[in-house]
Amino acid sequence: MTQYLLSIYQPDGPPPPTVNLERIMADVGALTTEMQTAGAWVFAGGLHDASSATVVKAGGGDVLVTDGPYVEGKEHLGGFTVIRAADLDAALEWARKLSRATTLPIEVRPFRH
Amino acid sequence: MSDTPHPDAAAAIARLVPAETTRAVAILTRIAGDIGLAEDAVQDALAAALAHWPVAGVPPSPVGWIVTTAKRKLIDRLRRESSREVRHVEATALEALGRADGDSDEAGGAIADDRLRMLFTCCHPALAPQVRVALTLRLVGGLTTAAIARAFLVPEATMAQRITRAKHKIRDARIPYRVPDAADLPERLAGVLAVVYLVFNEGYTASSGDQLTRGDLCTEAIRLGRLLRDLLPREPEVAGLLALMLLVDARRHTRTSADGDLVLLGDQDRTRWDRARIDDGHALVRECLRVNRPGPYQLQAAIQAVHTDAPSAAATDWPQILALYDQLLVVQPTPIVALNRAVAVAEVRGPAEALALVDALPLGGFHVFHAVRADLLRRLGRVADAALACDAAIAATANEAERAFLRQRRAAR
Repeated sequence: MTQYLLSIYQPDGPPPPTVNLERIMADVGALTTEMQTAGAWVFAGGLHDASSATVVKAGGGDVLVTDGPYVEGKEHLGGFTVIRAADLDAALEWARKLSRATTLPIEVRPFRH
Repeated sequence: MSDTPHPDAAAAIARLVPAETTRAVAILTRIAGDIGLAEDAVQDALAAALAHWPVAGVPPSPVGWIVTTAKRKLIDRLRRESSREVRHVEATALEALGRADGDSDEAGGAIADDRLRMLFTCCHPALAPQVRVALTLRLVGGLTTAAIARAFLVPEATMAQRITRAKHKIRDARIPYRVPDAADLPERLAGVLAVVYLVFNEGYTASSGDQLTRGDLCTEAIRLGRLLRDLLPREPEVAGLLALMLLVDARRHTRTSADGDLVLLGDQDRTRWDRARIDDGHALVRECLRVNRPGPYQLQAAIQAVHTDAPSAAATDWPQILALYDQLLVVQPTPIVALNRAVAVAEVRGPAEALALVDALPLGGFHVFHAVRADLLRRLGRVADAALACDAAIAATANEAERAFLRQRRAAR
């Protein structure tokens, strides 16, 4: 079994009025239960807006602290789920379900061990 | 086996490359669970063959010998390369597997299954299309990295890096080494066929550079097509793709003049078409018709069959071609198919009706769109408009042979 990080990429700012948040929360909740029942779920979390981020960077004896996310962009990591799966096909199947539930793109990356 | 030194050993080993070594790598990948380990083990076995065969003679089954030796080398490697307990456990498990497996069963169905597994792994949707093509040529076709780099006009180091990165992704992300189950097979098979057809098209019309055809890629794609057909004999789209490639490739040598200029289908010397390929292609198309589960490749092959059936351009059965394009447009409703259909419409119902269809297509960046428009406008006597369309076609293609052809046509009118 390999563990995979499913990263949820979210546009910055408040969601447009067309997004049905209640429905999304219900779908994600149901999927979490499905993952747990299947023994695939390891850990998950949702994040505050990228504007709440702070970057700390050590170098040359100093530590630089800057306001905002490390990577500039219009979309940032909004949340993640860690799953365990037999292979990439199985992981992609969970990612497909998560993308449908969140209506957002999901990046799938294997953990080293 | 003979006891006398065997002068043919080097030649026998050379013959093993590339088809047999890709087979050996496919088998070893299943056993090792990793393409890189499998390739290393097969390389070790080839080196052993080079040392052993000249003395002991070439074994009756060179591939079987390579596979058996590679398995042993793999176990040695796992034991040697790491002192970690886990590697020893793996090696022990492999030894047990090797005994249970026997060495004789590798000759038949298992090889076919492993090659098919390799093909589906190389064409996995998690890999970029370009990467799928390169991996398939390397690991299924057995082409060297240098040859693939030459074919795709990139430096060898770039291609080597692309292939290495892909192999690492397969290992690290655990892209499975298996043939998809029945539910996923149609979609995944379509992906494999697309890769083979991409190789063929890259060879048929080089997307850039001054040489119109790079025949080695066409030949390689047809070889892959035949392999797929052996592996999946009951899939009509596999037969359809092979037929399509054979029928298009049959005309390859008449597609350019001695000076390297483009020659249109209607002007080609039909006596120089490759009869053997055409007969092969026609037989496959007939087989598809019997199966009666039409798909995009089969329909395109059927269209090519009508073309190659005609003794002269004038004798072409255009109504039949148009009927096939009507079917193709239903299963593959793309602007490109609509453009090709419009060419058939021009032959059956005249250029005015065809031009109306063409003008509605969103293909402004595609040189063939402008070339077709130019031809239809010329046939309608709209000379100035035709010249403008021809200029647009020249501007939109990077292929030197096609540019030269379009310039010539423009000057001729």
